[in-house]
Amino acid sequence: VNLRRNIFSYAVIVPFTIVLAFPFFWMLVTSLKPEVQVFDPTKTWSFHPSLHAYGFIFHHTKYVKWIENSCFVGLLVVAITLAVALPAGYALARLSGRIGRSLGVAIFLTYLVPPTLLFLPLSRVVAQYLHLSNRLWALVAVYPSFTIPFAIWLLMGFFKTIPQELEDAALIDGCSRIGSLVRVVFPISLPGILTVVIFTFSLVLNEFVYAITFISSSANRTVPVGVWTDLIRGDLYDWPGIMAAILIPSIPLALIYNAFLNRFITGFTGGAFR
Amino acid sequence: MATMAAARGSRRTRLRYVAERRGFLATLLISPAVLFIAALVGVPLVLAAYLAFTDSQAGSLGGPWVGFDNFRRILHDPIFRGSLWHTAEMTLISQAIVIVCAGLLAHALVHKFRGRWFFRFLILLPWAAPISLTVIGFLWFYDPQASIWNWFLVKLHIVGEFNKPNWLGTPNMAMASIISVQAWRTIPFATVIFLAGISSIPQEVDDASAIDGATGLRKFWYVSLPLQLPIALVAILFGIIFTATDMIVPYILTQGGPFNSTQTITTWAYIQGINAGNLGEGAAIAMFLIPVLAFVAIGMLVFARRAEVT
Repeated sequence: VNLRRNIFSYAVIVPFTIVLAFPFFWMLVTSLKPEVQVFDPTKTWSFHPSLHAYGFIFHHTKYVKWIENSCFVGLLVVAITLAVALPAGYALARLSGRIGRSLGVAIFLTYLVPPTLLFLPLSRVVAQYLHLSNRLWALVAVYPSFTIPFAIWLLMGFFKTIPQELEDAALIDGCSRIGSLVRVVFPISLPGILTVVIFTFSLVLNEFVYAITFISSSANRTVPVGVWTDLIRGDLYDWPGIMAAILIPSIPLALIYNAFLNRFITGFTGGAFR
Repeated sequence: MATMAAARGSRRTRLRYVAERRGFLATLLISPAVLFIAALVGVPLVLAAYLAFTDSQAGSLGGPWVGFDNFRRILHDPIFRGSLWHTAEMTLISQAIVIVCAGLLAHALVHKFRGRWFFRFLILLPWAAPISLTVIGFLWFYDPQASIWNWFLVKLHIVGEFNKPNWLGTPNMAMASIISVQAWRTIPFATVIFLAGISSIPQEVDDASAIDGATGLRKFWYVSLPLQLPIALVAILFGIIFTATDMIVPYILTQGGPFNSTQTITTWAYIQGINAGNLGEGAAIAMFLIPVLAFVAIGMLVFARRAEVT
């Protein structure tokens, strides 16, 4: 039975893995090719790999600036998200009863509201009332709209896995409620908090609709919008360089993502299944 | 002097007493989140609905109230009606592919075997890497001159050297390209959620069904499937909302072209609302995402209630 099961597993997994991962393999190959051989697919193994494309992207485009912009927005949004979602997630996890539960579900449902529904009114609010058009601060102000509901839901799942008894013990030892939160609950949930940080950051890095609507100058773009508008629309079409620009943030992010995936699932489903 | 100190002391105890009350503390901790969400999701949502009934142009928020004019106009517009159809097509076909593939993959991945970690990493790549970047890579894979898919097809003698398909340049092919990218990036997510569903079935159920003689397909149909259905449903609902409301994949790949044959609700709302500057009309177009949203939200609520009962 074990052998048959293994054969079934490999027979399914190997072809699927090839199909799902092949685009990344091909991006890598393209990024290492010299430009003259790019249009010749037969040169998959027999070409002289060069890092020319990586040098090009760093020195001849605003790529570094876009990375800085994405990180700037990402870090600020992560900070805002944690400051708002940590207390809320904790309170919702501990607040038993109908109000707590329906509030939790309501906050979760707001996560489903897509940016594609909100970007039109927000584009006017940002330009007219906040006077933030073409500023990175516009993104900092708007991104919490999807990161906060998502983070609350994840954190709620994590906090539910922390036994109430631990806090009660701290209360008996003379800790205040806030004190027990800061000294007992947050330190144990550090892995959960880290998970939220990573997933929030990756949501921000991936965001496209608001970034392309609010930002109009090349120097203020985030990575995906920069690569798309300046390198593709700008008719630069340096394919090895574009592939390099895609892979540089993707691969580290995918590695970290993978490392935290199990915690992510626990948190994500934990909110619903307990 | 002494009385003042006493008063201050009692005020502090009173404050502390208030801070220790559960209801008060909960309100204090939750209200920033509620305010944030109300301001960033609630208000724009209301504004979007309001804009849909106005003749608002770029550069202003508001404009003359025109009632249902926007809706009447877009419903007579063949491009908009096409975009409704394309959105449904893109969502339903890609999610059908996702369910089949992710179901198979999850069942294969659930057992421990050599190299599982490595395979899982590769399978997850399409979901873990930012889609707004990787989809730009697909522009290259679908490139009319250098498409790697065409190279394979020619090598396998499926198409001739001189009638290679122009993926993003022909209507049906462009739609197929968009659907495959949507499926490609959602399969890992659904697989992972399905996996969690399968692993949550306790070993005892497995043992009991083995004693009762349930094996293979029969066990899958009567035991495993019903038990993992609720969590699979969640993955599917997420897949539907992610795909139907997604603008990134169709916009980057085709921007609705060729000849509006891949125009979806989201890309058309963007093109009308931002590029053409008809804010009111764009908002009216985007309003057609609400039924999808409502459907998924109701599905989730039903699921949450079901999970509570069991």
